Amino acid sequence: MADESYPEGLLYHAEHDWARIEGDEAVFGITWFAQDALGEVVFFDPPEVGATVAKDGTYAEVESVKAVSDVFSPLSGEIVAVNEALADSPEKINDDPYGDGWLVKVRLSEASETEALMDAAAYKELLASS
Amino acid sequence: MQPAAETLRRTPLYDRHEAAGARLVPFAGWEMPVQYEGIREEHLTVRSTAGLFDVSHMGEIEASGPGAEDFLQRVLSNDVSRLAVGGAQYSVLCAEDGGVLDDLFTYRLDEARYLTVTNASNHEKDLAWFRRHAEGFDVSVRDAQVDYAMLALQGPDARGLLPVDAPPRMRIASAEIAGVECLVAGTGYTGEDGVELLVPSDGALAVWDALDATPVGLGARDTLRLEVCFHLYGNDLSEDRNPIEAGLGWCCKLDTGFVGADALRDVQPSEKLVPFVFTGPGIPRQGNAVEPAGVVTSGSLSPCLGVGIGMAYVPADTAEPGTPIEVDVRGKPRSAEVREKPLYTKES
Repeated sequence: MADESYPEGLLYHAEHDWARIEGDEAVFGITWFAQDALGEVVFFDPPEVGATVAKDGTYAEVESVKAVSDVFSPLSGEIVAVNEALADSPEKINDDPYGDGWLVKVRLSEASETEALMDAAAYKELLASS
Repeated sequence: MQPAAETLRRTPLYDRHEAAGARLVPFAGWEMPVQYEGIREEHLTVRSTAGLFDVSHMGEIEASGPGAEDFLQRVLSNDVSRLAVGGAQYSVLCAEDGGVLDDLFTYRLDEARYLTVTNASNHEKDLAWFRRHAEGFDVSVRDAQVDYAMLALQGPDARGLLPVDAPPRMRIASAEIAGVECLVAGTGYTGEDGVELLVPSDGALAVWDALDATPVGLGARDTLRLEVCFHLYGNDLSEDRNPIEAGLGWCCKLDTGFVGADALRDVQPSEKLVPFVFTGPGIPRQGNAVEPAGVVTSGSLSPCLGVGIGMAYVPADTAEPGTPIEVDVRGKPRSAEVREKPLYTKES
């Protein structure tokens, strides 16, 4: 598994999800904390491309051998891509949660929603206080 | 509801688990290691070499005295009169209506001395049940849980890791390990060869350290037992289910007169517990509905088979191996097939 890290430049959601803004789209994933709490990920149940997601809503599930965890959407929009590689290699979520372990790409519908998300420092503070 | 952390009991090996980086979770009133390196890796270690489990949360009840055999014949479903000194036997504990109160192993330590190992969550209930039914028998029933820590060393290399000769399968014998007098039993609940050790609590650390085996948590214990279709009380067995529908008729000897036998005599189960395998993606979980009818009692990803597996109560007419079923996993229908037991063998 990857070492604990919370890269700068990402936006973080209190349910332990991250978003990386790329123009009017964003890549979503789960944080190091989330994948660590779950243990070895063995299954990612992706949403359909074209589905809409709402900020704070659930859009997918990540499963370890013993547990299922909902994945929350940090922002609203439409799914434009899912990480197909996770079908065969869900462990990428553990190995590289901010890189190869990305989950979906979303075309954003409410750009202003980003203001409600945390930067790395604020998210680390949240983890420290919980 | 789980008790607060400060009220959870800890086994004598707690410090070892913490030092090994275990993830500790509340389990049946105990703070137990669910995993160390990872469930899948630990599971495969047990299948390929050997792993060491702390199962000290399990309970022990000792029944001794001239009437011990007759007493156990009354409370346990198997034929206790066939249990030789040094032997082990699996049975269920039934209520009068045939519902399963627990499933347990009994060891005959001596001519008139038996040790029964209970599930942690059922220990107090079992003990009260034993005491209630001991009336009229010349038997002494004693709660022996505080006496013992229990370790399980399981896997193809398990016997080789022991510094003593282990008894064969389904036998128990005394042996000294690391200067500690232990009971070593050729039993286990993983589908692998191996032993279970009943160790005086104050000797548990010495024995654990002497075995020097890879520690394995309760998470892998669950996936290991599921692959070989061993029942887990609270999932596959309960007071609302009888042993016949659970497929445990083989350990219910109705002519021994055990409590519950009369209720089981004419049972024609409308539902049966069956193992199944997913034929596509997904992982079944306890409580998932089976289509057209039934419910999943245990489900997980099989680390050895790489697919979702489980056990479910289904109508008797869909219980035949090979029958296609569908499991509703949180709103998504997943294709599955009823299979023979066990789901995993060495040849799988």
